[in-house]
Amino acid sequence: MAEFQNFTMNFGPQHPAAHGVLRLVLEMDGEVIQAADPHIGLLHRATEKLAESKPFNQSIGYMDRLDYVSMMCNEHGYVLAIEKLLSITPTVRAQYIRVMFDEITRILNHLLWLGTHGLDIGAMTMFLYCFREREDLMDCYEAVSGTRMHATYYRPGGVYRDLPDTMPRYQPSKWHDEKDVARMNAAREGTMLDFIEDFTERFPVRVDEYETLLTDNRIWKQRTVNIGVVSPERAMALGFSGAMLRGSGIEWDLRKKQPYEVYADMDFDIPVGINGDCYARYLVRIEELRQSNRIIKQCVKWLRENPGPVILDDHKFAPPSRVEMKGNMESLIHHFKLFTEGYNVPEGEAYAAVEHPKGEFGIYLVSDGANKPYRLKIRAPGFAHLSSMHEMVEGHMLADVVAVIGTQDIVFGEIDR
Amino acid sequence: MKERYKALAASIAARFGDAVRQVDSSCGELTFEVSLDQLLPVCIALRDENSFCFEMLIDLCGIDYLQYGESEWQTDSATDSGFSRGVSREVVIPDPVASYDPRRFAVVYHLLSVQHNYRLRLRVYTGEANPPVVPSVVEVWSSANWYEREAFDLYGILFRGHPDLRRILTDYGFIGHPFRKDFPLVGNVEVKYDPEQRRVVYQPVSIEPRTLVPKTIRDDNRYAPEIKEPGSNG
Repeated sequence: MAEFQNFTMNFGPQHPAAHGVLRLVLEMDGEVIQAADPHIGLLHRATEKLAESKPFNQSIGYMDRLDYVSMMCNEHGYVLAIEKLLSITPTVRAQYIRVMFDEITRILNHLLWLGTHGLDIGAMTMFLYCFREREDLMDCYEAVSGTRMHATYYRPGGVYRDLPDTMPRYQPSKWHDEKDVARMNAAREGTMLDFIEDFTERFPVRVDEYETLLTDNRIWKQRTVNIGVVSPERAMALGFSGAMLRGSGIEWDLRKKQPYEVYADMDFDIPVGINGDCYARYLVRIEELRQSNRIIKQCVKWLRENPGPVILDDHKFAPPSRVEMKGNMESLIHHFKLFTEGYNVPEGEAYAAVEHPKGEFGIYLVSDGANKPYRLKIRAPGFAHLSSMHEMVEGHMLADVVAVIGTQDIVFGEIDR
Repeated sequence: MKERYKALAASIAARFGDAVRQVDSSCGELTFEVSLDQLLPVCIALRDENSFCFEMLIDLCGIDYLQYGESEWQTDSATDSGFSRGVSREVVIPDPVASYDPRRFAVVYHLLSVQHNYRLRLRVYTGEANPPVVPSVVEVWSSANWYEREAFDLYGILFRGHPDLRRILTDYGFIGHPFRKDFPLVGNVEVKYDPEQRRVVYQPVSIEPRTLVPKTIRDDNRYAPEIKEPGSNG
């Protein structure tokens, strides 16, 4: 009989289930994985080095492009680090807006994760359902910042502007007549907060729909139960965070344990898994969708009742309004200084972390007192998760690699930076 | 700084003595400088001893302090030649064998204790060695594996005892360590399609380095230590 040897297989970088540009070199014994060596860096843009060459505020936009499915959470980590160094605290209304958009972003991220994870391991419908709900939230991004993805909305000291009074509406076209459009625009007649509130009413029902499709689905369970099991001890040693850590049974969420902004006032629960397999992490993320919905509701209620400034009135780092700038010489000087040189940040170093949808997103910022960061290190959760790939897939079948990539919820914008 | 962090700082100082030195840190965060030869024992103790329990290495990164505190644009005195972006660009070709300023390269560790809910930052300077060498902490925290590969790739810091120290983020066959401060932002080579050879070729960069906004450092009394309350945001 012929001798069979292990063979090496390239998975990606152009593979739809690789979630971007992951080149995975797999050593296979038949269909069983012996070793996995991820090659990353194909999307490396040196964001950290670029940030060293720009004034602080100009890099906020780069943060959106790190994890390009949870844009505002990235910005949040960055502005928190700057605020820590500047010793400023944003206005309360800005904090609520940030918390609300962090949770909207978490839902956006988890919906994309659920859709693509489902698509990868054989649940085509999920993708369509999830993208339907994502569309509404993307419209919120658009209404508040002007763009659907790369918002650049958070600023040191608050957010760029207050919530708008109107939502963008659909126009009749050859695909949608007046009647269709009237139905589609029904929720969009009021303010943005009305629209978000309407969404939070609808959304739990949608999550129930996803669960009827997946949670007790025999195929789904065959593909996820006991796949990629990580023990709690290993999860910590491997630097896991977020749903990856909670799926292994460790109750750790920065929103509860090291609360930032107004999370301490919010009423929500942290779901924790038991088995540490792909199915446990699926259940954790589904429950996080519901909890995020709860937080958004509380924020909407507060934001309705409490109007106020959304950015600090200190023109040393927040630009004056256009009206002020046109009529007041001091404001004009501030405007000019801020948009040419930027502001100087006192010497020091700060590490600010947020509970990003994927885990702990941290920004380590070193300033030497200049108008640019001296060193910016982005601690991307996906980087630590992907580094455990070998450990998680060793001994599994080839098809399980796809399930593990899906459960790690990796996005190359943040891993390669 | 919060009381519990003061207590942690005191217990670390008492436990490790000369091996660590607390650094004045803004923002209420706790930072210790660790001497190079004591790094591994300190890390193991921080992970295993019950009063510390730093089970997680959250982050590890290199820093190059070459241009720390250097302003690109001096405006204290008036010039007689007018203002410009004013950044002089001398091409400095690093000497491949010269020893480094002992405080040029550092490796920074961010630790997290899930059990006690503490964070801690350690910094170790690499000393004069060229190339800089630091003991690897992969044996202590598995997550260090890729972080150390990244620091090696971007800063050229070697990690003694690392099982697989390869480049991770840069291209296959990349030369140099791009995050060092003497590595130009525009890089050294560019890629283009050569129609004559009918393939993609590398060539020296054809663009000039350009500074859009010069780096300025200004005296700002608001941030003077006696005015700024230490750790007010911590």
